Amino acid sequence: MLHMVNKSPFQNNGLDSCLRFASEGDCILLMEDAAYGAATGTAKEAMLVEACKKFKVYALSADVKARGIKNVIDGIEVTDYAGFVDLVDQNKTHSWL
Amino acid sequence: MSDDIKKIMFTVRKAPHGSIYVYEGLEVKLIMAAYDADISVVFMDDGVNALRAGQDTKELGIKGFEATYGVLVDYEIEKVYVDRKSMEDRGMTEADLLVIGEDEDTEEDIRPTIIDADEIAKMMAEQHNIMPF
Repeated sequence: MLHMVNKSPFQNNGLDSCLRFASEGDCILLMEDAAYGAATGTAKEAMLVEACKKFKVYALSADVKARGIKNVIDGIEVTDYAGFVDLVDQNKTHSWL
Repeated sequence: MSDDIKKIMFTVRKAPHGSIYVYEGLEVKLIMAAYDADISVVFMDDGVNALRAGQDTKELGIKGFEATYGVLVDYEIEKVYVDRKSMEDRGMTEADLLVIGEDEDTEEDIRPTIIDADEIAKMMAEQHNIMPF
């Protein structure tokens, strides 16, 4: 399953809930403002590092770049729109709106 | 052909009344109930507030939808679940939950089923589609 998270984890509990309800091995895509969660040195970094051990975590490249995020947490794979399409093609999806 | 029956889950994570999501979600559920689908509904996060009994929306000038929730079972939407932790975080207990129908035989009230996150995760994995509201 692909979990799509689009809200900043600093403002909204979408990512927290996603991590609580996702099954081991699921994919999680950080897109739009959720991309802020992919940055290093934040209060959410430990949570994301932990998440990378259990899930395959992606961040959408366009959103990472647009937000000026220079350093992405090791273990989070930055993907482009084509990769996003592949993920949607290969998985059932749930959006944590 | 039971193989053709799609498993469709609705997730409700927003509080009612503050936005149109919960109401629209309810409308879509009732529409989907007209089709041969295996429908389940899971309330989590602020969505659990939609299941509080005794929501009086008169002074908001809107009809409210507690009465509609009250007949979900009549629409054959019986798989209605609530995340235990979301309820506990918001000070809700089983006694706060509204009624979603009546047991045909015993005439007892049917309420949503309280379950844990790991059970919800398992159910999510079994679905053909999940629709978030």
